[in-house]
Amino acid sequence: MSSETPAGAQLPVVTPARVLAGLSLLLPVVAMLWVSSYTKATPELGGLPFFYWYQLAWVPASAIFTVAAYLLLRRDEQARKAAAGGASA
Amino acid sequence: MSHSGVNWTALTVFLVFFVLVTVMGFLASRWRRADNAQHLDEWGLGGRSFGTWVTWFLLGGDLYTAYTFVAVPALVYGAGAAGFFAVPYTIIAYPLVFLFLPRLWSVSRVHGYVTPADFVRGRYGSRPLALVVALTGILATMPYIALQLVGIQAVLDVLGVGGSADSNWFVKDLPLFLAFAVLAAYTYSSGLRAPALIAFVKDTLVYLVIIVAVIYIPMRLGGYGAIFDSAAQKFSAPGSKGSLITGPKAQWGYATLAFGSALALFMYPHSVTGVLASRSRNTVRRNMAIMPAYSLMLGLLALLGFMAIAAGVGTGVKGFNPQLSVPQLFENMFPDWFTGVAFAAIGIGALVPAAIMSIAAANLFTRNIYKEFLKPAATPADETKVAKLASLLVKVGALAFVLLMDKQFAINLQLLGGIWILQTFVSIVGGLFTRWFHRWALLAGWAVGMTYGTWKAYGVSSAATKHFGGSSAEIPGIGEIGYIGLTAFVLNVLVTVVLTLVLRAAKVADSVDETSRSDYTAEAPPRPKAADAPEAPEPVAAH
Repeated sequence: MSSETPAGAQLPVVTPARVLAGLSLLLPVVAMLWVSSYTKATPELGGLPFFYWYQLAWVPASAIFTVAAYLLLRRDEQARKAAAGGASA
Repeated sequence: MSHSGVNWTALTVFLVFFVLVTVMGFLASRWRRADNAQHLDEWGLGGRSFGTWVTWFLLGGDLYTAYTFVAVPALVYGAGAAGFFAVPYTIIAYPLVFLFLPRLWSVSRVHGYVTPADFVRGRYGSRPLALVVALTGILATMPYIALQLVGIQAVLDVLGVGGSADSNWFVKDLPLFLAFAVLAAYTYSSGLRAPALIAFVKDTLVYLVIIVAVIYIPMRLGGYGAIFDSAAQKFSAPGSKGSLITGPKAQWGYATLAFGSALALFMYPHSVTGVLASRSRNTVRRNMAIMPAYSLMLGLLALLGFMAIAAGVGTGVKGFNPQLSVPQLFENMFPDWFTGVAFAAIGIGALVPAAIMSIAAANLFTRNIYKEFLKPAATPADETKVAKLASLLVKVGALAFVLLMDKQFAINLQLLGGIWILQTFVSIVGGLFTRWFHRWALLAGWAVGMTYGTWKAYGVSSAATKHFGGSSAEIPGIGEIGYIGLTAFVLNVLVTVVLTLVLRAAKVADSVDETSRSDYTAEAPPRPKAADAPEAPEPVAAH
């Protein structure tokens, strides 16, 4: 493999981008595991009890949070690469 | 069964699609053909070349199986809210695996790992640990393949071909036998490229059918309000086992089942195969963001269970098999030709995962048993040959399983498989982040988790079976009912941590770790030009 310095040599392990990405990934997990927050029948939406439409609504929401995490991490990785490349040049 | 004869229109449409995907399966060997077709990376991982969209179709076709299509709405039909756990399960899964799959992809790319057990072997330098990871994977996959047959059987039953109790076993199982023979043949010749190509047809059909179903069927049944009213009526009747909303006592079970299943999802060898076949680290990440499209579809599909209740499917039929509720709903509601399309979606939905699972199991056997223990000098060409044969054996085994043994046995084993595969999580995912865990501690943790999970599941009875009737039991110390797999997993982690502390304190020798820190964040090597790389398409470290 390439012999360049490992990415991230110049940036700290914990960066705001990484923290935000972690939170974006954590949120859907916590929301779904907190079952008692959605085990109710009302308010209904289009005939669907709350229990069902709430969980279905979290599907696209989780996708949006995952996209956010992806974009944050991609920027973070590019910054790391730039930092590492700048140091070796 | 309401339909006594054969539904010819539906059967014809079904057969047309079946022939189409068979032709595609054989032609797939020419798709993106590589220079070095004898390497296991080609047959077993499609050349590690799939981009974002191919991977999306492949993983979707892989994870959302025909059995899922039949079993999830069947569970909702029988038990109501409890069956909806599949939705939080698949919501949780992608953000979770987003954290570690890119690392698994990178280290596997650098070292040429084909299976999760390859990684464990390289990381911990432990043959016994790699062997148990491989065996657990094969054991968990086999009944899963067998269950795909149950999915096809449900469709064939409702179509009126085979399945009837009065015909002899040969006539009864002939269609199933033919379908699997064809599947085995093109998987043998095309490898992972066949299911990857067929997945396009499968997923397109599935999306089409579900979207039509969730719009058209409620229109005929008087809207979602009416559907949920009749479901509420069914579940509030005295003696009903289900409920429309998860009750306070069932919430732990709901959450632990969703969480444990999410952790287990990408421990299955066939999921890992789909991930390792992708072209780049960011392909993996992008897919975790777009996979929820399938989860939405699965959620809508689960609602079909309620529609089956509202449509009166199975009412008055003694001993009605809930597995037939959705196929029967389609036949009652749709015009015949569209029933054929819907059944083709389920049937092809069984072929794609069955192909990938058999490839994954074959890869495990070849890399972690054959090459590791039987013939260490095997060349990549030998590996490919053995893997192809193993994929045939695996499928014959699954077929024999379903034909000779009770179908309930396959369902029980698949439930157990979920509990078992979760016990490899510590070795695989733990290893992706740290080398702290000791290999003997991991082995002991695995053994404790497997034993506890199997023992607990053995004690669960249901109406259909005396043992292994479910996957929930009381969590010791908490007193709530929870997913056995997750309890076993927690025990597994505890044992691993405590024993690692002990072994490290006793200074028990550690083994060689062939991976290095930067391997876990590596990108794909630049594609070599043909002239530069006469031997292999990718630089693969000797293993």
